[in-house]
Amino acid sequence: MKNISFNIDGRICSATKGENLIEAAKQNGIFIPTLCHFKHLNPLGSCRVCIVNLNGHAIAGCSVFVEEGMQIEVNTPELLDTRKAILEMMFVEGNHFCPSCEKSGDCQMQNLAYETGIRYTRFPHLFVDRIVDARPERIVVNQNRCIKCKRCFEEVETNDGYKVFNFSNKGNKTIVSIDYEQEAKLSETQAEYAMKICPTGSILVKGKTFSKPFGDRIFDQVSEGKAIAFDKINKKGRKMRIATTSLAGCFGCHMSLLDIDLGILDVIELVEFNKSPLTDIKKFTQHCDIGLVEGGCCNTDNIEVLRTFRENCDVLISVGECAIWGGVPAIRNTIPVEDCLREAYLESLTSEENETVIPYHEDIPKILNKVYPNHEIVKIDYHIPGCPPNANHIWNVVKNILFEEEFSVVYPEFKYD
Amino acid sequence: MKRSKLLTRLWELQNNEGYISDKAVLELSKQLGVSKNEIEGVVTFYHFFHRQPTGKYIIYLNNSILSEFKGFKKVKAAFEFETGCTFGKYGQSNLFSLFETSCIGLSDQECAALINFQPVTHLTPQSVKKIINQLKKGVNPRSIAHNVTSKIQFTPKPSKTVFFKKYELGNALNKLKSNTSETILQELKKVELAGKGGAFFPTAQKWEISKNASNSEKVIICNADEGEPGTFKDKSIIENLPGLIIEGMIIAAFVTGATNGFIYLRAEYSYLKSKLENTLIDFYHHKLLGENCCGIANFNFNIQIQLGAGAYVCGAETALIESLEGFRGEPRLRIQYPTENGYLGSSSIVNNVETFAKAARIIELGSEYILKIGTAKSKGTKIICIAGDVAKPGIYEVEWGTSLKKLLEISQATAPYYVQSSGPSGDCLNESDFNRKICKEDLLCGGSLMVFNRNRNLLKILKNYTKFFLTESCGSCTPCRAGNQIIYAKIKKLKQGICTSQDLKEIVEWSAIMQKGSRCGLGQYATNTFVQSLAKFEKYFDGIVTTCAENCDVEFDMEKAVYDYNLLIKNTQN
Ligand code: SF4
Ligand code: SF4
Ligand code: SF4
Repeated sequence: MKNISFNIDGRICSATKGENLIEAAKQNGIFIPTLCHFKHLNPLGSCRVCIVNLNGHAIAGCSVFVEEGMQIEVNTPELLDTRKAILEMMFVEGNHFCPSCEKSGDCQMQNLAYETGIRYTRFPHLFVDRIVDARPERIVVNQNRCIKCKRCFEEVETNDGYKVFNFSNKGNKTIVSIDYEQEAKLSETQAEYAMKICPTGSILVKGKTFSKPFGDRIFDQVSEGKAIAFDKINKKGRKMRIATTSLAGCFGCHMSLLDIDLGILDVIELVEFNKSPLTDIKKFTQHCDIGLVEGGCCNTDNIEVLRTFRENCDVLISVGECAIWGGVPAIRNTIPVEDCLREAYLESLTSEENETVIPYHEDIPKILNKVYPNHEIVKIDYHIPGCPPNANHIWNVVKNILFEEEFSVVYPEFKYD
Repeated sequence: MKRSKLLTRLWELQNNEGYISDKAVLELSKQLGVSKNEIEGVVTFYHFFHRQPTGKYIIYLNNSILSEFKGFKKVKAAFEFETGCTFGKYGQSNLFSLFETSCIGLSDQECAALINFQPVTHLTPQSVKKIINQLKKGVNPRSIAHNVTSKIQFTPKPSKTVFFKKYELGNALNKLKSNTSETILQELKKVELAGKGGAFFPTAQKWEISKNASNSEKVIICNADEGEPGTFKDKSIIENLPGLIIEGMIIAAFVTGATNGFIYLRAEYSYLKSKLENTLIDFYHHKLLGENCCGIANFNFNIQIQLGAGAYVCGAETALIESLEGFRGEPRLRIQYPTENGYLGSSSIVNNVETFAKAARIIELGSEYILKIGTAKSKGTKIICIAGDVAKPGIYEVEWGTSLKKLLEISQATAPYYVQSSGPSGDCLNESDFNRKICKEDLLCGGSLMVFNRNRNLLKILKNYTKFFLTESCGSCTPCRAGNQIIYAKIKKLKQGICTSQDLKEIVEWSAIMQKGSRCGLGQYATNTFVQSLAKFEKYFDGIVTTCAENCDVEFDMEKAVYDYNLLIKNTQN
């Protein structure tokens, strides 16, 4: 029985009076993204990504119950950006290393970030040290990834009606705690259900996290990204010059650059490489049109190289997760540099007994207190996400910038892992 | 045990055992039939409950900005030196435990601390030494406690004073018999009484909704959880006019038909609890509370006091209700108002201390009296507490419409440069505002002014505020919980001196995101002051950032980034 009408983004919609807006919108073919909402629950209103405007005021969509004549906005540019920003906040607040995350591909938060097109976060990553609690019987709680959506509080219960998850502390110290005693009562199915409803990779079940192979997961899609064909490109008077480098990276992004196989021959027709590991030219010999930077900055040398790139390139692009926000090397960012170095040189399994030497010399670069994303060191003009990014994605961006060819990033090219 | 008794029970445990032990958590969880971590969730939400043993004397030193300017650092160091303990650490001594705490409402007497909830003020390293020595000798903190009654520095001439004039028990209540709920509401409407907690919602309307609510169970709650840093005006009403507050609550009960009332008193004011209790006894004694109270047949109303446990956010009415019910003080989603679904499902009225006191005065003195005072839209007087760089900090009762300038004058402000109105979530004011009048038509003030002179560092102030919000956020929604940490990182960057005008632009944009996205007022207003200050003190900010256009270069502090490494090499490799 649809007895009222209301308005979303100028479209007349109808629904049952008092229906939750998220559901009512869905019935009218309008999708409002959420991370904490569950149809059968009272709204939790904790993730805030479902932000909409109700009669001109911002409000969480899940806490709206539709009434006759409501004026609702869902997809104004401003709201889209706010939604994206809130998601970005989740990324910087936690420590989301998608390339090493068990949930990658099955993760709703990651999926939503792809859909909203987050290439990099406008906010600085906070790198708070958080624990991974593997003490429970079946479940592992990885606090690095929890977005405090409260789904697990409401949805995971023992057969005798006890809650398993809850908040501890408040403010910036708020974490989700797990009750060991109650958790032990959960059946395997109940535990797996908890993992399933968690919109991130925070709740994992021991031995089950890799049961589904990467590539076959809910949000994994086969890349259909089309490359802009090189022969269609309007060549300019001269060959365009490209420089590349790998800072605190693994050369994976460079591998990906070469992943266009024979396409590389076409590339050579249009561009020439200046300073790059591909040419082994160590110093810039000419000013370049584009610089592709893999990896972030973990030592003073990285910073110097990055700064020469900025000086010598018109357009500078961060390629890959490490360049964009630190990526895998940034796993050390929650640990003081002293502890890292002690562990590496003095107390590691392979270090000599009573070892006292931590390498230092004026010729070796100094280690920075943390791994920095490139855009915190110099201005970066564009970010290509991925670990590594798909070759088509990289070259499409390059071609777009150098030859002003239009292209759009398609969903499957957008990856953080 | 009822869930709503949880906070009271936790207080007993905390007071008797010094902490909430694992055993206690287990027992409580059994009694309430909930998981252990649910109890733990409540315990760890509140700052004054501890999960580890504490010393015989727990000292909470206020770290608000006014304290910082009055020597917080030195006092803190003195406490650590004298006790041999570190702030925030457990298990260092059987005698002492030291913690920092958010504003304790003694801004006019900083530095201030609570020792087993007994207040000590005007602390200096010398007085700290003396106090700790006394405690070591076994002197009871009660006898060390200072008299902290705030000085009432100003009241209008007698015919224009509303609050701080002679109070006689029951004067307002005597009028009830000759009134009906309607006539009382009318009186309140005539003077347009609005909530004095900061939201300024029309009081009569709130009461009327509750009165007409289909819900037959009604509750009156007095919000005495004054936590906004720099604010101590409600404290002064509790100190001087506890009866007036209670009369206001009784009037509200008379209007709505409530049978139960609560005073939710912040634990920071627990030394005022006995005063309220004694006043309540007096009321019962005079049959102004209890069965058939105020001489009105079938008018039954009782009031209990509930102590908070250290959570600023509980000043938000729905968070306060959650806390009263024995839960974590997380504000509810704005789906139903407390007047529809409040404390344990009842129709609840939550009003601030000053609102109840004023309601009682309106009934006692009559709307005619009040209408002669104030401006066209704000009737009567306002209690304002002033602290900071003024010669006469304390309480000022002023007619609505009084200019800020006048207030600065009578409080003898010294070279005022920046005035914070209504606390960190309120307004940032500079010289250009000093001629503004405090009233609905111009500058609405929640009741507190912090005055800062030219020598005060603005960034330090903003940093203190942001730190306050990030610790006091309830933690349940992302834009507030994460947002405040992000803004804090930005302030640190500003302090490093590597920000550009682009960073300032971002602060404005990011604040807008927090404002739109946050679930309750805390997150929505957390960056209010910061954003306002960018415009109000533009020159200052221009001086500390590099101005640049859209595509500016990024600055990076290499020295700082290699500091840790250099230090390690220096310390270990020679
Ligand atoms: S896959 Fe999801 S939970 Fe895992 S790191 Fe990425 S965003 Fe976080
Ligand atoms: S553990 Fe998962 S389901 Fe629970 S609050 Fe965190 S993100 Fe949400
Ligand atoms: S805005 Fe802050 S205090 Fe309010 S609900 Fe959200 S997290 Fe809690």
